[in-house]
Amino acid sequence: MKIYGVAVLSACFIAGQLIGEALGIFFHFDGNIGGVGFGMLLLIVLGDWIKKKNWLDAESETGIHFWSGMYIPVVIAMSATQNVKAALSGGWVALVVGVFATLLCFSLIPLLSSLQKKTGSSGSSL
Amino acid sequence: MDFIPKLFAKNELIVAFLVVGLIMFISVLVSKYLLRNRIPGAAVAITLGLVLAYFGEKKGIADMPLFAGMAFLGGSMMRDFSIVSTAMGASLSEIKKTGWVGILSLFIGIAVAFFVGGSIGYFMGYKDIKSVATIGAGACTFIVGPVTGAALGASSDIIAISIAIGVIKTVVVTILTPLIAKRIGLDNPQTAMIYGGLIGTTSGVAAGLAATDPKLVPYGALTATFYTGLACMLCPSVYYLILSLFV
Repeated sequence: MKIYGVAVLSACFIAGQLIGEALGIFFHFDGNIGGVGFGMLLLIVLGDWIKKKNWLDAESETGIHFWSGMYIPVVIAMSATQNVKAALSGGWVALVVGVFATLLCFSLIPLLSSLQKKTGSSGSSL
Repeated sequence: MDFIPKLFAKNELIVAFLVVGLIMFISVLVSKYLLRNRIPGAAVAITLGLVLAYFGEKKGIADMPLFAGMAFLGGSMMRDFSIVSTAMGASLSEIKKTGWVGILSLFIGIAVAFFVGGSIGYFMGYKDIKSVATIGAGACTFIVGPVTGAALGASSDIIAISIAIGVIKTVVVTILTPLIAKRIGLDNPQTAMIYGGLIGTTSGVAAGLAATDPKLVPYGALTATFYTGLACMLCPSVYYLILSLFV
């Protein structure tokens, strides 16, 4: 049943959020630290395990796939609800800092990527 | 005739599904016939979303009662839930292959945004350290800016600028990612994870990768989701102390 897949997804999501909140409290930070990331890791590990045990049939899995298919539409809705006016009214400082600092971060991607290729195969210690 | 707006308001989420469906449909047509598939439909749709947002205020198009449901569909709960769901297709071995460079990319990405952003602010006339730090934090994400500004006691107009910087970053990342993906080698899970760590703005990374290659979304999102939390801890503390040695 599709709802089983959705329920597994929800369980991972909520557990991840709880871990993120707990980390926030631990570090005295008012907010959630990496809750989504932990939720994803849980789903990767749990999903793999459940599949191996054959506890989730293909039909149930479509409950998860539906939501990953809804991801792009959600992002479209998200971009349509950004405060674009504020972004443009921040003046020159906002524009220059926002564009230039971002471009610099982009330029570092190939650099770190080659570092990963050099060390990645040996240093798989995540 | 006033029953029509009432009906729309009552079913706002359903209206949002319809609106996003229409945006997607138009964008796919534009991508296919006007742009000859050079820019993917999803990228056109996301950009179109940003253009529509300009017609509203704080909540973009959702400030209009007719489109209020867009704020729910595009809100953090739905965004995070659908991001987590993409993890189902991700493979743990690909993530492990990235190794410690993935974590390194987070620290470097936050440092570069903070110090470079702050320096630009300094040279553009914001000389006091609280403003410099808040502007630098804004260059991380639009959440890190106000959190850092509030922690340091920066003035409200500086905090507003830091939010603007973060939103501009999101817009730049969203539009630029699919355009330069090939040039920076963003076509494999490892680079996607490094990209997520270096860039960090979850909305921008999520939208940028969606427009580039949906298969890469879980990898980029995974590192990016740690960025804001980490930056909120580092910017007002460790990085601020380092900054105080120079300003």
